[in-house]
Amino acid sequence: MKLNDTERAILAGELGTVPKLALEHQIQVGDFFGAHDFVEVTQAHIMADTESLGEAGVRWLESLAGADDGRAQVRVPTITDPRGTDFAHAGKLGQAAWMLALERRAIEAFVRLGVSMTDTCINYQTIQAPVRGESVAFGDTGVVIYANSVCGARSNFEGGPSALSAGLTGRTPRYGFHLDAQRQATLRVRVDWTPSSLNDWGALGGVIGRLAGNYWAVPVVEGLEGAPGSDALKHFGAAMASFGSSALYHLAGITPEAYRIRDVGGDRLPVAHRVGRAEVEALQRAYAVDDEVDVVVFSAPQLSLYELRALAALCDGRRFVRPMLAVTSPQVKPDADRMGYTRRIEAAGGQVLTGMCFYQSYAREIAQANGWKRLATNSAKLVNILGGYGYVPMLASMQRCVEAAQTGRLA
Amino acid sequence: MEFTARHAIGRKVVGQARVASDGFSARYDLDRIGGTFSRPSHKLAGQSYVGKVLVLDTSKGGVATAWMLREMAERGVVPLALVFNSVNPILAQGAAFGGVTMLAGFDGDITTQVPDGARVEIDPGTRTLRVLAAPADVTRPA
Repeated sequence: MKLNDTERAILAGELGTVPKLALEHQIQVGDFFGAHDFVEVTQAHIMADTESLGEAGVRWLESLAGADDGRAQVRVPTITDPRGTDFAHAGKLGQAAWMLALERRAIEAFVRLGVSMTDTCINYQTIQAPVRGESVAFGDTGVVIYANSVCGARSNFEGGPSALSAGLTGRTPRYGFHLDAQRQATLRVRVDWTPSSLNDWGALGGVIGRLAGNYWAVPVVEGLEGAPGSDALKHFGAAMASFGSSALYHLAGITPEAYRIRDVGGDRLPVAHRVGRAEVEALQRAYAVDDEVDVVVFSAPQLSLYELRALAALCDGRRFVRPMLAVTSPQVKPDADRMGYTRRIEAAGGQVLTGMCFYQSYAREIAQANGWKRLATNSAKLVNILGGYGYVPMLASMQRCVEAAQTGRLA
Repeated sequence: MEFTARHAIGRKVVGQARVASDGFSARYDLDRIGGTFSRPSHKLAGQSYVGKVLVLDTSKGGVATAWMLREMAERGVVPLALVFNSVNPILAQGAAFGGVTMLAGFDGDITTQVPDGARVEIDPGTRTLRVLAAPADVTRPA
């Protein structure tokens, strides 16, 4: 890779051991993908729950925090994805003391490195959304696909070590979705039905993600009516990224790079797939394998204030017989408390958790601790993930999930 | 038989291939404690991945694999190498961070060209996968 003066100085160790290690890692990745040089980034976002890091990852973080006499600091604003717990509710979740101890060690190391513990996967709704053309280094696939597609920013999937490296060096290898050519559409999809509920938006994203099939495919979708809201595109993109490993889509006439379909080369592509209500319902039916429900979860991505408002309204006047968990960000939770949404959800027997995400919080272990197997959610992303953790996940609307928490059955 | 990849990382290894036309995500697909594929719908469900050369179609899902490969390697519950038709950046980042050998990008579908159970050599230096012995030869008593 071609290095500028700053990068050569970092590589020579002139700025310390930690940035040097970070840049060496980035050069390995850049070489793998044939990157010619680096691009400067304005912010980084790190996925770093300790179920993923394990003891090995936490020890590596601690080694970085302790190197260079503890002086190493990130060079650009660097924030975090959800943690592996909500410390205030860890006991109720059945999480073990060692999990919390590992989380505390990771947090301490991040803080020493200058990382801001935002603990959110909806930073584009709560912290600072990037703008069109802005190069960033984001982790969490849902964050990346939203930033690329809805904001028109530029990021690849940056796993934890790479996102932290980008924070420490202020740059990332220029390949993939940092390049104009890679952002052109490769797959044209015609939709003849526009969802209204969040689970339907998620399922539509899942269907298109499966059709796209891999990271490098860029679907351009035409035929949607109206302008979907931020929460709809949050679920749509998160599910597409989960089912298809997709990092960028275009919605003709809606997202910023596809004001006209020809702006992303979509006019030169044949319509490869037509997707309608039948395909969206078929995906959801595939998960409808049981009537009984052990737990209801709203998470993945964390809920916005508007989602919590809607959930609170559905909870009014009910009494749950099954655990109902709603997960949000530390930025949204205080507002939900102030607006009374938390109180209304808890009055029905639900819990509002913060700073974590369900699947990133030792999902297998808390299932065993609580006897949870059959799980209802309105998140298409969550149902796609949890099968591997031993759950039987079922996808339904927010209203049907709330009714399931009340009756124990998903009608 | 020898196949050349467009992308390579890691050190040279020799081991038994476990082949399937399916994807890979450490979070979505694996029981990382037991060392098996745990996702019921995965074509290798129930099979061990430990010490195997996994030959699969593409990387799937999220970013967690970037951390998990190193953690799995430290516990000795890790594939010997990964071979894909295509990969997302997470697998490349994870392989670099975890010291796991990986090849990606072939002419043709690599999952239809390498026999399941074959003994294979992965050489990132030459970006090649070489079939050293067919499955029958691997399982035949010495």
